[in-house]
Amino acid sequence: MTRFLAITRTEMLILRRNRWLLVATLIMVLFALALTFAGSAPTGTLGVDMLTVSVASMTTLSVYLAPLLALMIAFDAIAGDVDRGSLSLLLSYPAGRGEILLGKFTAHLAALAFAMTIGFGTAGAVAAFFGGAGPESLMALVRLILTSILLGAVFLALGYLLSALARGATAAAGLSAGLWLVFVVLYDLGLLGAVVMDKGGTFTQSVFPWVMVANPADAFRLWNIAATEGVAMASGMTGAAQALPVWAAPASLLIWPVIGFALARAAFRRVEP
Amino acid sequence: MTDKALSIDHVLKDRGKTRVLDDITLSLAPGQRVALLGHNGAGKSTLIKTILGLTSIHGGAIRIGDATPGSAQARRETAYLPEAVSFHPALTGREQLTLFAKLSGAKADVPGLLERVGLSDALDRRIGAYSKGMRQRLGLAQVLLGQPKVALLDEPTSGLDPISRQDLYAIIDELAGQGTAVLIASHALTEVEARTDRIAIMRKGRMVADDTLTNLSALAGLPIRLKVRASANPDELAAELGGNRINGTSVELLCTPEDKMEALRRVAGLGDAVADVEMTPPKLEDLYRHYAQEDLQ
Repeated sequence: MTRFLAITRTEMLILRRNRWLLVATLIMVLFALALTFAGSAPTGTLGVDMLTVSVASMTTLSVYLAPLLALMIAFDAIAGDVDRGSLSLLLSYPAGRGEILLGKFTAHLAALAFAMTIGFGTAGAVAAFFGGAGPESLMALVRLILTSILLGAVFLALGYLLSALARGATAAAGLSAGLWLVFVVLYDLGLLGAVVMDKGGTFTQSVFPWVMVANPADAFRLWNIAATEGVAMASGMTGAAQALPVWAAPASLLIWPVIGFALARAAFRRVEP
Repeated sequence: MTDKALSIDHVLKDRGKTRVLDDITLSLAPGQRVALLGHNGAGKSTLIKTILGLTSIHGGAIRIGDATPGSAQARRETAYLPEAVSFHPALTGREQLTLFAKLSGAKADVPGLLERVGLSDALDRRIGAYSKGMRQRLGLAQVLLGQPKVALLDEPTSGLDPISRQDLYAIIDELAGQGTAVLIASHALTEVEARTDRIAIMRKGRMVADDTLTNLSALAGLPIRLKVRASANPDELAAELGGNRINGTSVELLCTPEDKMEALRRVAGLGDAVADVEMTPPKLEDLYRHYAQEDLQ
């Protein structure tokens, strides 16, 4: 069982060495800080503390950034080794393919968690210092960090899936960009279009919230919004959240990484280096 | 159960409609060094990948000791050097080899192994800054991890300078000495000639030869070449011996191994007319050409 840890150690070394960890953490800190200061205006009108508003802004940020950062590491995980010709060598060792994937996943997830915690944590601390915070808004911040890591896990797993299916790392990078676009942008646009066409009919009433929560990115948004009243107010997205049972968004976000990893492992098993 | 380190028994493999491995049979005893020769696309690398269990076969059987390819036991007992291997450029040689040592589960002296392949100066340099030959040496170092039963080396000399090649064959001899069966897929015929116990030649997915160099020469019936230099009149000499004039002064004779002595006696009998005699037995290159390029019947 220590074999996957050997892979984890090596992958961590690579992420540190090629500055990925540094760059990702910097990106998170800068964006989170920028949004916190830019979004601090509505504090007075809504009657919530600055940290709450900051968390609402950062939730929107994380929907875009967490999948992007995750895919940026994951696309190379299998296809890169195939390109270098080192995968066949790695697979000739006693470590199983599941172990190899698990080792990489653990390292990549730890790196994402580090970047998220430092990024959102810094911005949260700044917001709390300048505009106050309460137990509820602190909980919202912790929830944001944890769900962002989960969202990252989903897209790491999906990234591995693409990396196993693609012919070469360049193709995997292209597919990953497409995946990001579909889940984060096009999916919502499509739903929006459907809701507009439906004009408040049965689709909007009963189907739409479920279709929405099936997308991990939306599930992430709903979970953060539904859980805190202040965040929901600040983001103005209460409607969809109220139409679903409380467990729907957490269930979606927790099941996705498992499904993603299983799919990636199945695809990896079929890779002939 | 078996005394063979590696046995390949009537293996078939299809890729699409083409048969890439056609009834391949080959076995290696512990400590044996076997050269696997063939053109690009003859199926050498594919055969190695089937032994590693990286790709499936559609008939026949492969055994590494008693284990099936791809099983945990087989992977523990097999060492592999891929063709033109590369590693993650961000890691150092020491880090990469440490990973392999941990994966293999063997207690390993990583700096010692890297010194053995001549990389002790580059121990803590990034692989990204390594030359092709250095990456190849690093690949070789991981072959020496543990005590593999079978070592599969795919084009191990590619990218190595002549001195490194000598080192490589010294390492191969060392492996064989500790009882590892070594299969070397190669293009470098002249090196393989002196350094292996047996030669297997593949052509278009089939094994067309598998024997010692001497036996292969006898089987192929390739002629020995006698180059006789005339001291005065090469035309006269050619008429006398019945060979071909090949340049201004020499005559070339081809004879079978059995007729060799007889031909030499005739040359010696010509006395002063002959200035020099050069004898060339068939080389591996001639043999290779004979077996690997023979038209398919």
